[in-house]
Amino acid sequence: MSKAKVATVWLDGCSGCHMSFLDIDELLLDLADKIELVYSPLVDNKVFPDMADVTIVEGAVSSEEDLHKIKHVRAHTRVLIALGDCAVTGNVPSMRNVFPLDKIYNRAYTENATENVGTPTSLVPPLLSKVRPVHQVVTVDVYVPGCPPPASLIGRVILDVLAGNIPDVRAKFG
Amino acid sequence: MDMDELENIAAHEQAREAQYAHRVRVCVATGCLSVGAEAVQEALEHHATPKGKHHCLVMGVGCMGLCGNGPLVSVDPAGVMYEKVTPDDAPDIIDSLGAKPVARLQCDTNAPFFTRQVKIVNENSGIIDPEHIESYIAHGGYSALVKALTEMPPHDVITQVMDSGLRGRGGAGYPTGLKWSTVAKTPNTIKYVVCNGDEGDPGAFMDRNVMESDPHRVLEGMAIAAYAVGASYGYVYVRAEYPLAVARINKAIRQAEKMGLLGNNIFGTSFNFNVEVRLGAGAFVCGEETALMASIEGKRGTPRPRPPYPAESGLWGYPTLINNVETFANIPPIIRNGATWFASIGVGRSKGTKVFALSGKINNIGLIEVPMGISLRDIIYDIGGGIPDGRAFKAVQTGGPSGGCIPAEHLDVPVDYESLKALSSVMGSGGMIVMDDTSSMVDVARFFMEFCMSESCGKCIPCRVGTVQMYHLLSKFSNHQATQRDLDTLERLCDMVKYTSLCGLGQSAPNAVVSTLRFFREEYQERMIESEVAHG
Amino acid sequence: MAKTFKIDGMDVSAADDQTILQVARERGIFIPTLCFLEGLSFVGACRLCIVEIEGNPTPVAACATYPQEGMEVYTNTERLQGYRRLILEMLFAEGNHVCAVCVVNGHCELQWLAEKLGMTYNTLDYLNRPKQVDASHYRFAVDHNRCVLCTRCVRVCDEIEGAHIWDVMGRGIDCKVITELNQPWGESVNCTSCGKCINVCPTGALFKKSKAVAEMEKDTHFLRYFSTIRAGGD
Repeated sequence: MSKAKVATVWLDGCSGCHMSFLDIDELLLDLADKIELVYSPLVDNKVFPDMADVTIVEGAVSSEEDLHKIKHVRAHTRVLIALGDCAVTGNVPSMRNVFPLDKIYNRAYTENATENVGTPTSLVPPLLSKVRPVHQVVTVDVYVPGCPPPASLIGRVILDVLAGNIPDVRAKFG
Repeated sequence: MDMDELENIAAHEQAREAQYAHRVRVCVATGCLSVGAEAVQEALEHHATPKGKHHCLVMGVGCMGLCGNGPLVSVDPAGVMYEKVTPDDAPDIIDSLGAKPVARLQCDTNAPFFTRQVKIVNENSGIIDPEHIESYIAHGGYSALVKALTEMPPHDVITQVMDSGLRGRGGAGYPTGLKWSTVAKTPNTIKYVVCNGDEGDPGAFMDRNVMESDPHRVLEGMAIAAYAVGASYGYVYVRAEYPLAVARINKAIRQAEKMGLLGNNIFGTSFNFNVEVRLGAGAFVCGEETALMASIEGKRGTPRPRPPYPAESGLWGYPTLINNVETFANIPPIIRNGATWFASIGVGRSKGTKVFALSGKINNIGLIEVPMGISLRDIIYDIGGGIPDGRAFKAVQTGGPSGGCIPAEHLDVPVDYESLKALSSVMGSGGMIVMDDTSSMVDVARFFMEFCMSESCGKCIPCRVGTVQMYHLLSKFSNHQATQRDLDTLERLCDMVKYTSLCGLGQSAPNAVVSTLRFFREEYQERMIESEVAHG
Repeated sequence: MAKTFKIDGMDVSAADDQTILQVARERGIFIPTLCFLEGLSFVGACRLCIVEIEGNPTPVAACATYPQEGMEVYTNTERLQGYRRLILEMLFAEGNHVCAVCVVNGHCELQWLAEKLGMTYNTLDYLNRPKQVDASHYRFAVDHNRCVLCTRCVRVCDEIEGAHIWDVMGRGIDCKVITELNQPWGESVNCTSCGKCINVCPTGALFKKSKAVAEMEKDTHFLRYFSTIRAGGD
């Protein structure tokens, strides 16, 4: 049996969900037999494959880069898993949504800046006016809430998805 | 006060009016006042004075119906009506008395607008002087109350109301007699009668008109109800945005008290009935009966779960009868003429007449009273005179924010409680807004949702948040930004808000969306875009 | 006079003063609640405890409805599950609930309900309305971002403490719980600082200062003492 092509991406998040994923301990060894990690912030390959069987997304959609990336990923993924509260609800990144964008830029790049004062015009991807959970931008197949979701849940969900199921997740936010 | 005295007052007033060769009536209800009726009345009085003491009587009266063409003036006994009268027309009108009418101002009283109406609630509207209790008495006023008090035991009054088939005119259509009998059967020494005059639907002014044009009729209806159910206190709850109605009801209460028609030992019987006015402070939800009662009690005007219904536990926990203005206005004629007479008007389970406020894209804008069972087509094309500027009819919105939009293919439906409900609309309190082919139904639904959203009291979650969510979704449709997922979410929200909201405001808030989705779905679909996000 | 009726097909009986919710709880039948709290008056506002009654197209709030003889009540139909989920989604969309950084993370009724009723994501758009925090009281604070407007604080302050410093202002989506006619809490002369409101609040909207993320636990057992006293000590 050929190995399933699995990718992970990381949008606006803290990497905690990736850490929790790694916390599945010895299950990683089982997984290694079943999957081929084709793309991830944790591996060297920086080109998203033509078609991943499963992609795990951490983080909310905050910037134009995030938006572009998640649309590309969705188009090249069979089953998309939103992992963690940022991907599922917007969570901490979305706390900026109650403020207008120019105030946020001003706060970050002018008020609190000691050098290079002023909003950058290049190299930093522009922010979207609102941070959005992944499913408001592209279709999501599996939702795994939690900040981060417990490792055991992540392990169970991934095995379930690899077995061809869409798992019924019961988990709490936060 | 007894029947003889009442008859004396009536005879005296009739004789006073009969002294005059001509009676010139000027509508001084809000509609005509807003276009200068007061100045017209003054000009007419000014020009009438030199003609001699008993030449003509200039009276301020209530609404004559054709509000869009005000100020309206009618002349008796010539039977002539004038429209769009200005103070400059006064000399011509006064000079024409007894001679040829002023043709340029004349309004065709043989038009279907006038001939097809059947007036019960508005029988005195435009005829009597609303600020003059004798004027009401001269037209049979308070005779029903005397009859009830002196000839009928309370249960006979209730039987009459029950047999008449009268149903609540505030919108829900609950059988009035049944409500009365529930209050009557609930044992308590203290009971209340409340008149709901918190009319808040956009475009509706039926109740305002009754209170402005014939305020004593409301008081008489309430007094009969109080006698029937065993109450001795009453409140008229009127929205403060109706200053003229408030002033006239207050004046009417003082006049009736002075004559002993309200107060203690009315007509020498042991029956006491004292009425006070309470003002609503501009919240639509206070038209909902439990919110209205909270407001009268001085609390925040929010609804509470029912049961218990007000009939068992209402104001301050006492049994309370709440009826709408128009419902009470139907009571005196039912007692005077009998249940059989009333039940002979109307159709099926909807008896009597209904007053509608016709507005929107229609030639005859104003207030009409029609028998139940008349078709929408007759109302719009015959009485309403059709659609202006040669445009095509598109839909009629009945029942205000709680109602729905009815398309052309259903114009032949009879106007009764059940038929309108079957079309995802409601009878409602009587707002009727006509739309032509220039109206966007999505925008109409959005307008009413905006109204419900800003009028939600915020107590229950489905109404508080659901109306905002639906409004945002409708805005997406208006801006051609909606997706299939938005349409699915909108439909899910409609169902959920309808079935889970605490009170009628929330439960009926989705109606405008539901009915436009049912009859004008293509207008929603035309405003959708392809999306990368799948359904659900 | 006792009434007999059915809940989810089970024969049950109710005393005159018992609501459907009370009978269900007695029998161990779970009906989710949020605004309801044993020991306070009911308001029937959150609509989570809606149940279906055979022959009645509109569900009713179990906390505010007294059973009728022969009634057939259903507490957990697919339709109700859908409605309840949507109610929770509305609450999460209305406020700015960020469980991960909340003082009651792990002890929150809203968070618990979402897990229990299977709400793992929100199908509605977040409203992202800016809300205030009032930390003027020396021991307590109110964060309106987390308020679900259940009015438990209003009722406990009025009905149990007798101070009635809490109430609701505004209408619709602008509703807000307020202290002392919308004055800063710290300036209230009538607040007894008893802390009952803090303990009955189902979310992290009302909390003790000095509590960090997940440290605030609520304790409502005091309400049971009051119920006992009111019932005449038996």
